[in-house]
Amino acid sequence: MIGITGYGAYIPRFRIKAEEIARVWNQDGEAFKRGMKINEKAVPAADEDTVTISVAAAKNAIARAGIDPQQIGALFIGSESHPYAVKPSGTMAVDALGIGPEVMVADFEFACKAGTAAMQCCMGLVQSGMIKYGMAIGADTAQGQPGDALEYSAAAGGAAFVIGRDNLIAKILDTFSFTSDTPDFWRREGEKYPRHGARFTGEPAYFKHVIEATKGLLKKTGTTVNDYDKVVFHMPNGKFPREAAKKLGVPEEKIRDSLVVENVGNSYSGSSIVGLTNVLDKATPGEKILMTSFGSGAGSDSFALEVTDRIIKARDLAKKTEYYINNKTYVDYGTYARLRKKLTV
Amino acid sequence: MKNVAVIGFGQTKFGELWDRSLRDLAAEAGMLALKDSGLEPEKIDAFYIGNMAAGRFAGQEHISALAADHMGLNPIPATRTEAACASGATAFRQAVLAVASGRHDVVMASGVEKMTDLKTSEVTTALMGAADQEWEAGIGLTFPGLYALMARAHMAKYGTTLEQISTVSVINHRHGAKNKKAQYPYEITLEQAMKSQLVADPLRLLDCSPITDGAASVIVASEEIAKKLNPVWVLSVQQASDTVALHDRKSLTELAAAKIAAKKAYEEAGLPATKMDVTEVHDCFSINEILSVEALGYCPDGKGGKFVQDGKVAVGGERPVNTTGGLKAGGHPVGATGIRQIGDIYLQLKGKSCNQVKGASAGLALNVGGSGATANLAILGRELRRK
Amino acid sequence: MPHRTAVAPEWRLKEGRYNLVGSKCACGSLYFPARMYCPACKKETTPHKFSGKGEIVTYTVIRSAPAGFEEYAPYAVAIIKLQEGPMISGQIVNSPEEVKVGKRVTPIFRKLTEDGEAGIIHYGIKFELEE
Repeated sequence: MIGITGYGAYIPRFRIKAEEIARVWNQDGEAFKRGMKINEKAVPAADEDTVTISVAAAKNAIARAGIDPQQIGALFIGSESHPYAVKPSGTMAVDALGIGPEVMVADFEFACKAGTAAMQCCMGLVQSGMIKYGMAIGADTAQGQPGDALEYSAAAGGAAFVIGRDNLIAKILDTFSFTSDTPDFWRREGEKYPRHGARFTGEPAYFKHVIEATKGLLKKTGTTVNDYDKVVFHMPNGKFPREAAKKLGVPEEKIRDSLVVENVGNSYSGSSIVGLTNVLDKATPGEKILMTSFGSGAGSDSFALEVTDRIIKARDLAKKTEYYINNKTYVDYGTYARLRKKLTV
Repeated sequence: MKNVAVIGFGQTKFGELWDRSLRDLAAEAGMLALKDSGLEPEKIDAFYIGNMAAGRFAGQEHISALAADHMGLNPIPATRTEAACASGATAFRQAVLAVASGRHDVVMASGVEKMTDLKTSEVTTALMGAADQEWEAGIGLTFPGLYALMARAHMAKYGTTLEQISTVSVINHRHGAKNKKAQYPYEITLEQAMKSQLVADPLRLLDCSPITDGAASVIVASEEIAKKLNPVWVLSVQQASDTVALHDRKSLTELAAAKIAAKKAYEEAGLPATKMDVTEVHDCFSINEILSVEALGYCPDGKGGKFVQDGKVAVGGERPVNTTGGLKAGGHPVGATGIRQIGDIYLQLKGKSCNQVKGASAGLALNVGGSGATANLAILGRELRRK
Repeated sequence: MPHRTAVAPEWRLKEGRYNLVGSKCACGSLYFPARMYCPACKKETTPHKFSGKGEIVTYTVIRSAPAGFEEYAPYAVAIIKLQEGPMISGQIVNSPEEVKVGKRVTPIFRKLTEDGEAGIIHYGIKFELEE
């Protein structure tokens, strides 16, 4: 049985409130908060990027795994904001984490589900016996076009998982992916901000793939949503995961623990998996978790997990996700624009 | 070892000198020194020039030969010395040793720096070459930052106050107001200093010496030649080194290399600190003057702030320091400062200073490199002591 | 124009910058940053990894930053006494107002500077105030 031996998250400290963004653009902040169910989002400091966030999350994961980083045979970082177009974020990360040099590395991109794609690859490498442990990371410092709706949600953060066979905190019982060419949200090479298809991002994109992937997983494992205690859906905002839950017959209290988006925004490749870390921080042994990610373009990866006894001790071995959610300092829009390099000369 | 004397001094104006190039500055100072000495140019046997960063500031290396060339002094041996901000006094020491050894009879020791062609952030970066490139510059420190680290440590250990630190600048500006060659020949108030913009907490703009162009030059000669020329004798030159990185020092609150050089210098000169009628110290940042008066033994460790605040370093006080404005008001063309300090002591001892200390008969110049990794100290006097 | 174009110097410092690897001598002395020879006994040293935990001895806040660091100003820089003994200069990532002499720190991996927008990004260990 393979699964998660260690997990960890990292969310930057700065926050900007929805009403502060609304103030600058003469929009109705309260309406956005009600509609999108996002109060504030995480903003990276000038010296943070996808690599530094990945390293921080991975250090937490290694601490919880309780292993020598030298035993990690593969490391994959999934992001849509890798600092380099050519030079993998994973190369800096392995050196900073004391992994390798005998290690397989490549960067992943699949919009918001690059992290779960990395998890699946690590699962395969561990299952086949090619590696003992693999590190799968999803992290982003997402950019929203000034004045666009996505500015309220595009945030920074990440989560990391040590995938292995031994000392599991949570077994990964199975996984199922559903992918199709869907032009809901994209960014061309060289462009600073992504573009999206507005309402097209809903039904034909997010909902189709999240629901089909989840149904596929349930069928494959012969389970129903009632067999799961906690559920995590990708969180582009606070509204979509609630709707997905409704459509799939999942009571809202089962997704409650996952909804980190309300106070830290959508960390893109970090989104569903940071939600998963928050669920794990609060889970009890024996609980079953269902997680379905979503990446625009589009695709979803669904996972069935079962928490083990080891969660009790392991979760205290590193800073919990709630610590990062609550450790915050507010910035105004001007500071946010400067930090996010929206003021170009 | 032969006795050596200073027989001439010259300096350019210090300031933002747009129409003067590096070679112009070096040549001007040298020619002024030569004129002051009354000697023919052919009498100069060798040439030393201190300069920190002509390569970074002007893309020009090999300035030893270049400066000699532009003074028409080729083919005498020409050598550049570099020890960051102590480059000038290092050139002086080499010149003195060359004459003391008997190898040369008359040697010119100059210092020059042309800094103002670059943008401020580029100059700040280049100056960090005087610190540890990998572990001080590399992590984002600046020179104001390094001295600020020492200032805060001194304040924490001894209770030195921001008022005391800024008083250094006020007194040096009062002195500099009398100096036509100073970059900023005007007074400032303590309030102005303490309200000026923060550069690296707790140091403010008026705690920091400026970016300056300038050159200075002295002529040194053997006793045989000097005795006929109303000389100022070189009673001692001492130099000491310490770790470059501040974090590698044994103490963050003292200039250990300066202390070592001072002790040896007083011994070599046969004079104690109390006989120093006039002093030049390296106030690249105001806190340095406080650290210096302690290192020189003018007051006990930790009492430097009070020593300054009580006005003891002012002309008319117990131990006048930086009588022509120091680095803060006079300007700090890095490689030139060490020579300019020696020249100002020389002028005081000849009775020719713009801010004369009556009856000055012995004086000390302390030139410091970086945050204290090099200390170069010279004691000059009217009377030669036969040993 | 980037303030630096050479790539090898920072790459050579990776072990120190990323993992706080310094030096140890047979005589028992520990050094950070690393150095080839022990200043005390002049023998060749071997690598030694430091924990990065320590205490702030003194600090400043850089407001007028050098080339390549302008976008990060103001930032606090401290001299930190590492628990193993040596002292090191390092940036503190917390808000400058929070920094005080005596506070304890832990290491954190952050961006140091970039060789311009198209150049290499340089990472290194900075320090975070302990809770």
